Amino acid sequence: MLIDVTIIVIKVLAVIGLVMPLAGILGWIERKGSALIHDRVGANRASILGFSGAGLVNTMVADPIKFITKEDIIPRGADRLLHTLAPCINLLPVLIAFAVLPFGDVLIVGDREINLQVAPLGVGVMYLLAMMSLGVYGVVLGGWASNNRWALLGGIRGSAQMISYELPMGLAIVSMILTYNTLDLQEMARAQGELLWGWLPAWGILYQPVAFVIFLIAGIAESKRIPFDLPESESELISGYFTEYSGVKHLMFFMTDFVEVIIVSGMITTLFFGGWQVPYLSATGFEFPGDTAIALPHLLVVVLQIAAFTIKTVFFCWFQIMIRWTVPRFRYDQLMQLGWLGLLPLGFVNIIATALMILATQD
Amino acid sequence: MLADQYLPVLIMLLVAGAIVTIMVNAGRLLGPRNRTETKLDTFECGNESSGSAWGRFSVKFYLTAILFIVFDVEVVFMYPWALVFRDLGWFAMSSMSIFIGVLALGLVYEWRKGALEWE
Repeated sequence: MLIDVTIIVIKVLAVIGLVMPLAGILGWIERKGSALIHDRVGANRASILGFSGAGLVNTMVADPIKFITKEDIIPRGADRLLHTLAPCINLLPVLIAFAVLPFGDVLIVGDREINLQVAPLGVGVMYLLAMMSLGVYGVVLGGWASNNRWALLGGIRGSAQMISYELPMGLAIVSMILTYNTLDLQEMARAQGELLWGWLPAWGILYQPVAFVIFLIAGIAESKRIPFDLPESESELISGYFTEYSGVKHLMFFMTDFVEVIIVSGMITTLFFGGWQVPYLSATGFEFPGDTAIALPHLLVVVLQIAAFTIKTVFFCWFQIMIRWTVPRFRYDQLMQLGWLGLLPLGFVNIIATALMILATQD
Repeated sequence: MLADQYLPVLIMLLVAGAIVTIMVNAGRLLGPRNRTETKLDTFECGNESSGSAWGRFSVKFYLTAILFIVFDVEVVFMYPWALVFRDLGWFAMSSMSIFIGVLALGLVYEWRKGALEWE
């Protein structure tokens, strides 16, 4: 029992210890990446011995320290309790959402099988969706508690947007459940290890390209980034629902943004791009089509799987950053129309089409 | 086992909760405390504050929230359906078609009534 709990604690610390620095790295990548896309030099002052790539380390250490040692101001008119609670409620659900993302298959140590997923929940997808939707409370409470008109506008805009895009996201997930016939994310990842016609990895995107598009758009809208950044649109609302936040609480809202990017990327990877699956890699080694096989030790296979999951997730983080710096912001009516009249009916049609396909191929 | 499944979630909650608590309090302990009248004012881009924000706002947002609740509950009904779909076959297909048909009618009604128009 004690050893089980120890393993769980190690897994929890590993996941959180990977996610939080990755959020910091994304902050730096976003600065340098936006510069790359805009054809500018970008942040180059935080360098070590003139090497600006090392600025990453510098930024990751210096930024949090700077945020923490700044004054934490609660405006006179604000609701003090809710003002402090809002960033916590914002950050907490997205952090614990990572519990159900499988980052590898099983690791066998001696006679013990360790499932490389923090919590093997039978209702994994629903848990993820629930944690994603809890994020609304942080946004709306932050906006309300500040007692600032801009913050309030940002907060209610954010809540309306997030609940509107939760529907298409739920519908996309329903069609994935239809495809895999399970709610467990580990099962879904395992199902994507099969090969179609003996050579094509059966990743979710091949079955559900429409659901992927719906999910990607809804996911970006849920993380409130450009083109869906109306809750914090800095040219209209100062900085939206976190206008009145300074110091470490501002950092927490800021971090939530990046952690949401990571969780959306992780979900896209798990649902549509094979999760931890490496093409042609099975538990014993590579098995290429055409009877070529390379046997690999178990530990190396597990490392490759974890690496594959990380690389895919980081790729989709970069993809979202690229979208952010390429397209302009929506108008609010366009945003609502896209959600309610575009993605929602598309989601319904996709479910019906999926169900018909399953019935047609079943017998 | 239910406990096996949810114990890790509890541990995750504790660890994440500790991180969040430490962060919030670190700012209070390590940051300077130098309050002034102007600093504590509501920030409205340097203008004098025009009063409390806790007033009325557009009814459109309430409407969106109500529509969301209706549709979200309907979407939740689809999760168990999707899980048992393969076993029930055409019966599940026909009943869900009627269900989604009614939902689509509702969506069209909202749209025609102008509930989804933002001017």
